[in-house]
Order: sequence, then C-alpha cells, then structure tokens
Amino acid sequence: MIEVKEVTKYFGSFPAITDISFTVERGEIVGFLGPNGAGKSTTMKVITGFLPPSKGTATVAGYDIVSESLDARRHIGYLPETVPLYTEMTVREYLGYMGKIRGMSSDRIRSRTGDVIEICHLEDYYSSIIGKLSKGFRQRVGVAQAIIHEPDVLVLDEPTIGIDPIQVVETRQLIKDLGGEHTLIVSTHILPEVSQICERVIVIHEGQIVAIDEPQNLARTLVGSERVDLQVKGPQQEVLKELAGVDGVRDVSRINIERGEIPQYRVESELGEEIRASLAKAVVDAGWELHRLNAVVMSLEEIFLRLTTEEDDGGGEVAG
Amino acid sequence: MNTFNIAWKETKSYFGTPAAYVVGAMFLALTGVFFVAEITSPFAEASVRGIVDWAGFFIIFLAPLLTMRLLAEEQKLGTLELLLTSPVSDWEVVLGKYIASLLILLAILSVTFYYALLLYVFGSPDTGPVLSGYLGLILYGAAALAIGLLGSSLSSNQIVAAVVGIAILLMLSFVNRIGDLVSGIAEQIVNGMSMTERIADFSRGVIDTSSVVYFLSLAAVFIFLTIRSLETRRWR
Repeated sequence: MIEVKEVTKYFGSFPAITDISFTVERGEIVGFLGPNGAGKSTTMKVITGFLPPSKGTATVAGYDIVSESLDARRHIGYLPETVPLYTEMTVREYLGYMGKIRGMSSDRIRSRTGDVIEICHLEDYYSSIIGKLSKGFRQRVGVAQAIIHEPDVLVLDEPTIGIDPIQVVETRQLIKDLGGEHTLIVSTHILPEVSQICERVIVIHEGQIVAIDEPQNLARTLVGSERVDLQVKGPQQEVLKELAGVDGVRDVSRINIERGEIPQYRVESELGEEIRASLAKAVVDAGWELHRLNAVVMSLEEIFLRLTTEEDDGGGEVAG
Repeated sequence: MNTFNIAWKETKSYFGTPAAYVVGAMFLALTGVFFVAEITSPFAEASVRGIVDWAGFFIIFLAPLLTMRLLAEEQKLGTLELLLTSPVSDWEVVLGKYIASLLILLAILSVTFYYALLLYVFGSPDTGPVLSGYLGLILYGAAALAIGLLGSSLSSNQIVAAVVGIAILLMLSFVNRIGDLVSGIAEQIVNGMSMTERIADFSRGVIDTSSVVYFLSLAAVFIFLTIRSLETRRWR
C-alpha cells in the first residue's frame, strides 16, 4: 500500500531524513516512534505529498507521490500535527468542504458525514463552530476530515498530543477501530501508545530508521538477556552467592534498597533460559523467605533509550 | 470544479466574517467623502472622474486588505497543508481564492454606482466615460487583487501580507514620479509601468487596448507568481 524507497529530504543543506525505506501492507497499523525532531513529521509530509523528497521515491496505493501526485492524494487521509481547521466554520460545513475538494458528490458527502460523525462521536457538535470546540473535539474533527473520503491510507501525525487522558484513551480506541479498513501510519513520541495501537513500529532517530519490528519483538531482540527480580529475606552475601550458583545465571546484583526494607536482587540469565523455578527452589531450599519474584520485561522506554543512544555506548550490546 | 468549490467557500467566508465589511465600509466612506468634495467644488462637473481616480487610489489599500487573509491564514492555521495534500492543484487553490476576492471587490464597487446614480439624477454626465471609468476600475482592481494575493502567499502573517501587497501597488502606481525625472525611452518605460497613468485614461473616457492588456497581464503574471510561490512553500 505504501512503499518508501531511500527517501532523503534536505531542508537547505540539513538532511531532515536520510535514506528512509519501508513498506506498509494493506490494513496494517504502523507506528512511527521517535523523539521530537527525529523526522517523523517530515517522513509523513513526504508520504502525503506535501513535501517532495530530495532523493528517493515513495508510492501510495501504487501511485508515485511526485509524478502522480493527485492520484496518490486521492487515496490519502491526513491529519497533520497541528490540526488544520477552519475555525469559523461549523463541523458540518467543514466536513462538507473537505469532502468537496476531495471530489465527493453531495449525496455521498451527506451519507458519509453521518457515518464519520458517528465514528468520531461528534453527534452533539454537528452544528458547532469549530473555533469554540475544545482541543479534544477539534482533534476528532481532524480525524473526521481525514476519513471522510474513505481513503485507503490514513496518516495521523501525533493524534493524541495535547488532549486529556480520557480523550487519549478514546482516540487510541478510535485509531484501532480504523485499522480494519484503512492502512494506518501513526506517529508518536509516547512509547506505551505504540505497543497499544500498532502492529509494527518504525523507530526513527535523527532522521534515520534505527529499527522496524513488532513492539514485543523489539523488546526481545534488543535485550541481550532475560532478567528476574527477587525480594528475599536472608543474609545478603549468602543470598548473592546462592543465586549466582543457580544454573544459567549470568550475573546477580543488589538493587538499591531503603534501610529496613527486604533486600532485592536482580538476576540476569541467557536469553531464552527459564530460570525462575530454579531460583525459587534455591531460595526456599536455603530456608530464606521469598517475598517476590518476577521477570522484568524491558519497557519500550528502555528499548528506545538503547536504540537511540546506541552510538554513544558502542552498540555492541544492542547487536547482541 | 475544485476552483469553483474553493471560490464558493471563500466567498461565503467573506460574507460570514466582519473583515470584508469593515474594509469595504472604510473604502466606501473614503470614496464617498472625496466624491462629495469633487462635486461640491466650484469647478464641479457631472463625471465619475472623482470616483474613479480616488477609488483607484484607495484600491491600493483595499485590495491587499481583502486578499491578505486568503493564503496567509491557511498557512497559519495549517490548513494549507490540508489543501495541498488533497487532490487539488495549486493553481486551482490560487484561482479559486482569486475569483472569490474579485467577486467581493465587484460587490463593493457596485455600491459606488450609487454616486454615479446621483450624477444622473442631478446632472447629465456622459455615459461613455462612466462606463469606461468603471471598466478601468475593475481591471485595475483585478490586477491589484492578484498583487495582494501574492503578498498573502508569502507570509503566514496577514499584516505582513497586506504590507507587501500595498508596497508593490504603491510602487507600481507612483513609479511615474520617477518618469518625470528621466527622459526618452526610459520615461516611456517607466510611465508605461505606472498604474495611475493608465487608470487616468479610463476615467477620461479613453479605452486604450494597451492599458487593458497591461492590467490583464499584470493580473496574470501575479497569479502565476502566487502559484509558483505556493509551489516553493513545498521546497522550503
């Protein structure tokens, strides 16, 4: 559905994105993840045909974004980062206008407006002036205009930014629901959002793709080891020694604790080894109290930090 | 079709927002004052020269004030990004907006027919110069709007957009002052560029083909420049 090949975009002599290549299949929800200024928006602007690439090509629904721009644009619904609204119009007028300039007939606009209003839960605001709506509702109107012409491809740039937590949850659900019919590209710098919404993540940092994978796999492939945290009541030196002696354990360390708390330990083992049972057994056999034992899943935050600070610490660990 | 849709939306927006009314009212008040001054002078004559010459002068400010919002606001609201990622050509956007501004200008100018009407009631003006005068005003306005639209495409700030338009128009209008200083071919070129010289012909009842071509090509050139200016926004 979307094919981006070695796209580079310069602003002046500064490359905002360099050699970006990826494909998105029909019906997929793909997340763009990266800090502010990483090149997410630029990439999206290239895909939507707003900015022509300096090098490389991009096709949407089989149409080249530069040479067959109008055809490609017919298949795209786009919500830019700053929600583009004519503030003096009512929601109805706005959606009607957006439908018209995308070549929809009046009949189709009428029926689609009804659908879209329902999908985006804007029933009560149909005749409201957009300028008087709250940020969250404006966001929804923005989504509504992006889907009014039933585009094959939906590009949403930071759709959950700046709206309150309840609306964020609703917006995420909305995006998930849209995933069935549309091919979606969603950008965000909020990490948990990606794992909630997206089937695949493209991590962009400093204008380059540093990883493309499913959210769970990202965690798996990036962490060089499995980790288990334990809370054990017992003599600390002996506990450390005992844990280190368990089969498959690579490293044991004490986690910082407050005075008077039950000590905590972090055990690292080879990838794929299941050592929780043996750890529990070792502790219990030694006669100590096991208060807690859990596998540590690397959070997306950590993954992200690792990916984006890779160059600084040599990168060996990540590659492993 | 898209051109029509955009023109329709912009025209509605002109009528729905106060800016055009305010600017239009100012324009009518000023031309009205000068019309009164002209016809009450001891050497008054029953002609629209007073209206046409003064309206021509005030269009320098009216046109950019009417067009300043058209593209500047789209840039500021981010809706330009929406327009340019919709299946709409850049020229359709520009032309649609230009047509809307032309319609509003015609609406405002049509109110000044009231002055002409007064002339017919209380005197007997020559109809020829009245018609040619208005033709001149419309052509002049058409060129001025295109210049204003270019200003609007250059900035997301409406004030800047208006100032750019007014500056270009002032230069084109009063370049004949330089013409007075030079002679020969240079004088001809400079005076040929002057909008004021051209409009003066029309208000005297002279329809010079070269002047018609001048105003129309001025409009065309600036519309073209506006389209190019929109295109370059993509490269910036």
